[in-house]
Amino acid sequence: MAPNSPRARRPAGARSARTSLGDRLRAWRHHHRDSLRDALNRMRAAPSSALMTVLVIAIALALPAGLAVLLDNARVITKGWDGNAHLSVFLEMEVDENRQRQLADDWAGFDTVKRTEVVTRAQALDEFKAMSGFGEVLEALPDNPLPPLIVVYPDNAAPGQVEALQTRLNALPEVDNAQLDVAWVRRLHAIIELGDRLIGVLTLGLAAAVVLVVVNTIRLAIESRREEIVVIKIVGGTDGFVRRPFLYSGFCFGFAGGVLSLVLVGTALWWLGGPIDELLDLYESEHSLTGMSPSTVLVLPLFSGTLGLLGAWLAVSRHLGDVEPQF
Amino acid sequence: MIKFDRVSKRYPNGKDALRRIHFELPAGQLTFLTGHSGAGKSTLLKLIMMIERPTQGQVFVEGQNLNGFSTRQVPFLRRKIGMVHQNHQLLFDRSVFDNVALPLVIAGFARADIGKRVRAALDKVGLLSKEKLNPIMLSGGEQQRVGIARAVVNKPPLLLADEPTGNLDPALSAEIMDLFHDFARVGVAVLIATHDLSLIARHRHRLLTLREGRLIHDGEDDDHGA
Repeated sequence: MAPNSPRARRPAGARSARTSLGDRLRAWRHHHRDSLRDALNRMRAAPSSALMTVLVIAIALALPAGLAVLLDNARVITKGWDGNAHLSVFLEMEVDENRQRQLADDWAGFDTVKRTEVVTRAQALDEFKAMSGFGEVLEALPDNPLPPLIVVYPDNAAPGQVEALQTRLNALPEVDNAQLDVAWVRRLHAIIELGDRLIGVLTLGLAAAVVLVVVNTIRLAIESRREEIVVIKIVGGTDGFVRRPFLYSGFCFGFAGGVLSLVLVGTALWWLGGPIDELLDLYESEHSLTGMSPSTVLVLPLFSGTLGLLGAWLAVSRHLGDVEPQF
Repeated sequence: MIKFDRVSKRYPNGKDALRRIHFELPAGQLTFLTGHSGAGKSTLLKLIMMIERPTQGQVFVEGQNLNGFSTRQVPFLRRKIGMVHQNHQLLFDRSVFDNVALPLVIAGFARADIGKRVRAALDKVGLLSKEKLNPIMLSGGEQQRVGIARAVVNKPPLLLADEPTGNLDPALSAEIMDLFHDFARVGVAVLIATHDLSLIARHRHRLLTLREGRLIHDGEDDDHGA
């Protein structure tokens, strides 16, 4: 105690014990460590109820996280499909091969066309036989049922331009049907965008659910530690001191839930990986299912921990005031 | 050490718990506070602990006007006050040592210092050998002494006791009272709220008597004013 402190001059023997700033900082750090350890010990002391809470959080987070992974994959796979948008122009049956090549050359000269590709009826038949496995059936047919085809690659895939080209080609007498192969890709993209928004909404809703689960868990913890809180308040514990173990507890629940949700998503992806890769093979895609990005793996538990912290903070600020010393 | 300056307390339900209470407690004095239940003893203690705030008047602790304390400052006021409860308020999920150490942990003492101070306090109340036990294994009198050790472990200038001998037989009560005398002797202001008249009669000390919220007696008197 400093000699010039007014307390030092008090004649009576009893002196309030004092602490240095360094001691208090060290004690503050210790209390953080002790609070974390205490939070973990309490989870371990009631493993089944802790596991319940953690599991609820994990499932709530695994849902949007898993969907996001699938959607990311869909986006990667369909990326570039838009880029090689092309028109499949089916000609009338009676157009012969020479005329077909001539048309293809003509069209290649259009401003908006990058190049054209001729698929003769014979080529189409061969390709179809090879791909479909219907070779024998086709052999049995008297004529080749496939029309001549010119594939037109537009110079610019801007939606309006491609459609204008499509109208122009459709108007030609030799053309039976000019089909824009990219329409369904566009629809798919629109669906993916919608999925993105849906995941956003889902995440928001389920994040709120996580917070509420933690609020409830911490509220019960406060209830069961009422006596301890009262004693701490009586002997001069600050609100921060009282709050700290509960905040750590909330963070631990959230963090553990986040880690477990990663495990759930990982397991689900592993489970789905085989069939999905097979499916992609069938679509001749070189992609295979990609898992969660390292940033997701890192961010999800922290995000979840933050939600837990928020829940604990809400519970504590709402209910700690109710616990006041009485005598 | 404590000064009540015309303090009144009216609860939101309209009940006047204290009316114009005026007294002063110097350091090193042991004082009894008595009165029937509902006379205002608890309210008076609550005002000192800042569990309640006065409706009128001012309470001073160590010369500081409590009306000027914000809610955030309340814990720091309480660190200057040792509080002994009738029901001990011990925590049964930890050892005697940890119970007594709690105020020091909260105040941020160094670990080594905590050990020394806790053992000194336990030694003072004669329970040094039981520091590792859970308080639930102790007798009522021993539990009360643990409560006292916790109240004085950080050497507060002020010690409040609410019915400290309520559940104890006369011999144990006498032991507890001896401890309080010792603290008063080294300069602590001790205020003991009790309606145990025999306890008061056995010790000639200053006596504050409350009745229906009024201080009707203040002095060293065998009459107890009741």
